[in-house]
Amino acid sequence: MSDFTEAVLAARRERGAKRPASPMQRREARWGFAFISPWLIGFVLFWTIPIIASLVFSTLDFQLTAPDETSFVGLSNWERALSDPNTWSSLLVTLRFTVLFLPLSLVVSLGLALLLNSGHLRGTSFFRLLFYAPSMIPLVAGILIWQQVLNPQTGWLNRLIDLTGVQASGANGLRWFDNPVLVLFAFSFIGLWGVGNAMMINLAGLQGIPTQLYEAAAIDGAGWWRRLRSITLPLLSPVMFYNLVIGSVLIMQYFVVPWVLFGASGHPDGASRFMLIHFYQQAFVFGNMGYGAALAWFIFLVVAALTAVLFGTARFWVHYGSERP
Amino acid sequence: MTVQTPERTEPGEAGVEPPSDAPLRRRRRNIMWAGCTTLGAFLLVMIFLMPLGYGTVTALKDKDGVSDPNSPILPVSAEVFEYEGEEHDVYSVPMPDGTVRELALIRPGRESSVFIDPENPGAGPIEWEGRWRTLEPVAGFAPQWGNFAEAWNTIDFLRLTGWTLFYALTTVLATVVSSAVVAYGFARFRFPFRNTLFALLLATILLPPAVTLVPKYAVFLQMGWVGTYLPLIVPHFFANAFNVFLLRQYFLTIPRELEEAARIDGAGPIRTFLKVIVPQAVPALTAVSLFHFFYAWNDFFEPLLYLAGNRDIVPIGVGLSYFSGVYSTEPHLILAAALLALVLPVAIFLAAQRVFVQGIVVTGVDK
Repeated sequence: MSDFTEAVLAARRERGAKRPASPMQRREARWGFAFISPWLIGFVLFWTIPIIASLVFSTLDFQLTAPDETSFVGLSNWERALSDPNTWSSLLVTLRFTVLFLPLSLVVSLGLALLLNSGHLRGTSFFRLLFYAPSMIPLVAGILIWQQVLNPQTGWLNRLIDLTGVQASGANGLRWFDNPVLVLFAFSFIGLWGVGNAMMINLAGLQGIPTQLYEAAAIDGAGWWRRLRSITLPLLSPVMFYNLVIGSVLIMQYFVVPWVLFGASGHPDGASRFMLIHFYQQAFVFGNMGYGAALAWFIFLVVAALTAVLFGTARFWVHYGSERP
Repeated sequence: MTVQTPERTEPGEAGVEPPSDAPLRRRRRNIMWAGCTTLGAFLLVMIFLMPLGYGTVTALKDKDGVSDPNSPILPVSAEVFEYEGEEHDVYSVPMPDGTVRELALIRPGRESSVFIDPENPGAGPIEWEGRWRTLEPVAGFAPQWGNFAEAWNTIDFLRLTGWTLFYALTTVLATVVSSAVVAYGFARFRFPFRNTLFALLLATILLPPAVTLVPKYAVFLQMGWVGTYLPLIVPHFFANAFNVFLLRQYFLTIPRELEEAARIDGAGPIRTFLKVIVPQAVPALTAVSLFHFFYAWNDFFEPLLYLAGNRDIVPIGVGLSYFSGVYSTEPHLILAAALLALVLPVAIFLAAQRVFVQGIVVTGVDK
């Protein structure tokens, strides 16, 4: 992850640099541009132009069903987006799920990585394989399996809870897909099945921590918890930061799970209407492309703000060790 | 978790045999820790994979077994016995002598019925006094393997898999070739604004694709591409930021001497790339290919968007979601279809897990 910061710093340095180019350097530069040209063309065609066009579209009344009647409407799509209760509720739903699931997935992926990295565990590669395997299950297949596991009457989860003496199945039981709070846990269960990637990244990070540090700490009499807090977590913080950024960006675009389970209905009670569902419904189900473009820009601004906040806080807790001069 | 506290030895024994006692105790404690940790991990894995067990068991049930909340865990169904060309249900029948026998009901009556013993039909019919409706039917283990065949045919599994494979393989080829070329450009050539452009490339990993969708869709619609695979495949020929990032990191680890040797032999940049870099980077190229393959296999949003209106060519994720919408009252078929859909990716993963694990390590950890 430090590559992101490194790249930004390098880009900043570049601005000041001025060198007269020799013919050889110019030839090298030409080859460089030739090699990166596929990305450069794609970046212009599929990112730059569409992002700007989106901004233009957001000022149009453009219906997919009647493209010929497109007209300029100024900021009214934006006014509509900001006064649409579904916009704010979808932002709230997305943020609420982020607050629940992101820490959960970070802790679970770290916990599993610590378990797999433990010297006491026998059969490490076997367990690593099994914990990672659900990440390889096609997402829709996983959702459909969980949909049945969480079935209030016949699913195993409620029947397991029944065994503990608490009545979970039945009419007044835990209806995972009909309660706006429980449904977030249902999403979390499905999400935790895909925790394998973050787990592997954490594991690789753990294995990169020099063992001498632990040996020195053990001599000083530091216990397990102390070593976790003073060695493992600081040295793992760049990896955790990477997982945090990628995880939050992915949740901002959360779509497949609520869509497969509930479509655009927002059931229960709007709790599954995430930002992208709201956008998709307006733009592509109702065909309000102009309004959809405004909503897309709204999502873009939210993600940009969130990323800025995350990168802003990084310097307080992300430990880059010797990489920083 | 093993804090090495000094071993305490009994004062009396201290002089006799301390060297053999302390290591033994430490070893015993280590074994105990290993046992507990491994057992804990085993329980955790069982919970983690429980949905798969549930899915398998439920996919093998018949329709009644799935919807009955009190049905046993394993797939069972009422046992029947064929007698003289007709099927008869089997019941547990309490006999006058106090034993309970499993008998097939061949002629039900109000106050007395006629049964036959499935184990010994030659013994002839058995008259039984009592109301047969009060009897418990006998259920036996009866996995419905036919569910898989039914799901296979209903979702047209081969067609879905075929289109998914087509989509995954074409885009793997497109993205790996283009990303490798771009990554080489960023790894080895100096040109103006290289670092700025690379930062922009990394930024696109974080940008929400939604912000580009409306104009892209409008243009693709205008071009007549909506309803075909073109909007899904063509953009992959223009490299993918994540793959470029991963491959560039790998290319940076390849020693420059190899390329310089090739250049001295008169090879231009393209030849150097093909003859020196590509052969050296096979592990990274394989890892990127696998990652992209699974990404494409899972891709849902864009196929849903661009292939809407052409249900015959959707990949498996979208196909499954259509299926679950239509067959929501038949969970056993949905689960059978879901299990069918996961077999191929999981098998590929198991076969290629070594490459995979290495690839994750290279992508996830900087440098």
